[in-house]
Amino acid sequence: MTATVLTITSGKGGVGKTTAVANIGVALASTGQKVVCVDSDIGLRNLDVVMGLENRIVYDLVDVVEGRCRLRQAMIHDKRVPELYLIPAAQTRDKSAVSPSDMVRLCNELRPECDWVLIDSPAGIERGFYNAIAGADKIIVMTNPEISAVRDADRVIGIVEAEEKGSPVLIINRLNSAMVKRGDMISVDDVLDLLAIKLLGIVPEDENVIVASNKGTPLALDGKTKAGQAFQNIARRLMGEEVPFLDLESQGLWQRLLGRK
Amino acid sequence: MSFIDRMIGRKKSAGSAKERLQLVLIHDRTDLTPAELEALKDDLIEAISRHVDIDSAAVRISVAQDGRSQRLVADIPLRSASRRRSR
Ligand SMILES: Nc1ncnc2c1ncn2[C@@H]1O[C@H](COP(=O)(O)OP(=O)(O)OP(=O)(O)O)[C@@H](O)[C@H]1O
Ligand SMILES: [Mg+2]
Repeated sequence: MTATVLTITSGKGGVGKTTAVANIGVALASTGQKVVCVDSDIGLRNLDVVMGLENRIVYDLVDVVEGRCRLRQAMIHDKRVPELYLIPAAQTRDKSAVSPSDMVRLCNELRPECDWVLIDSPAGIERGFYNAIAGADKIIVMTNPEISAVRDADRVIGIVEAEEKGSPVLIINRLNSAMVKRGDMISVDDVLDLLAIKLLGIVPEDENVIVASNKGTPLALDGKTKAGQAFQNIARRLMGEEVPFLDLESQGLWQRLLGRK
Repeated sequence: MSFIDRMIGRKKSAGSAKERLQLVLIHDRTDLTPAELEALKDDLIEAISRHVDIDSAAVRISVAQDGRSQRLVADIPLRSASRRRSR
């Protein structure tokens, strides 16, 4: 096995990075891939609660980096899917407890162990962000269709390119198609026009995301919700499948049942 | 945009967001403020005028977006040599 290391980052906080890592992780692992999710948001760990694994933490990322445990000991197995693991962030330390070269070493150690490493980046463009992207093969930039999130995404894309990490791919999260339709939300095409990078996925605004994180059961465990389906589609695209983008402007259930376009 | 909005010329917020973002991103990416762009234009006019006669009032300078890269576009009308001689 040689894992692909993906980092999800955004510049602006709260756009849905942690939600995305949990759901893409679950979706990839549901297809039989071996996935390790790494929470690199040291001091503000959250991936554990979104995944519902907070009660099983013994060791964390800083314990691994500082040699207090072996890598395997810090990998919490999510038993709902065959091969999904979480390496949680340390909660009582700060970003400076880890360096970019620590992260490169960690990623190199993980690569032969699995198919995918997904790194949840902290918001911002400081130390924690550079740690998060240091070991990545590919960067996923996440944004919301909203003016400040898009602006910050552009900054981050510029930095990623300057760091010679290649051109990142984009996920647009929390798209509200009713608002787009009435002209009160920037559309997917507008965002792509402005940012000029490749689109990886579109995730709709969906109340179920909050219900799922309340329960600690990522939506992508089943594909019954729109957001869950969107994350599953993203996972399939990552595995090289051509999956059409969800038509969110689309017709209601009745029109679909009647086969009308 | 709905028919009525178009009729009364009301612009929807998404349209202004996109326009404002276009300008903000150019400045974020190039580190060029509108004031610096003006100063650049004055320098350019001065330098070019040393070689050819130009219509300095009609000079337009802008930053165009081409994918993720920006280019500086200058439109500099030249005064024709014949007109200059007749003056
Ligand atoms: N598609 C969505 N629909 C509705 N709510 C969403 C969606 N995506 C994320 N959220 C909500 O937005 C909030 C922020 O999400 P999340 O914690 O994943 O963002 P983040 O980018 O990791 O934040 P931070 O920068 O603080 O780490 C959460 O309450 C989450 O449930
Ligand atoms: Mg987060």
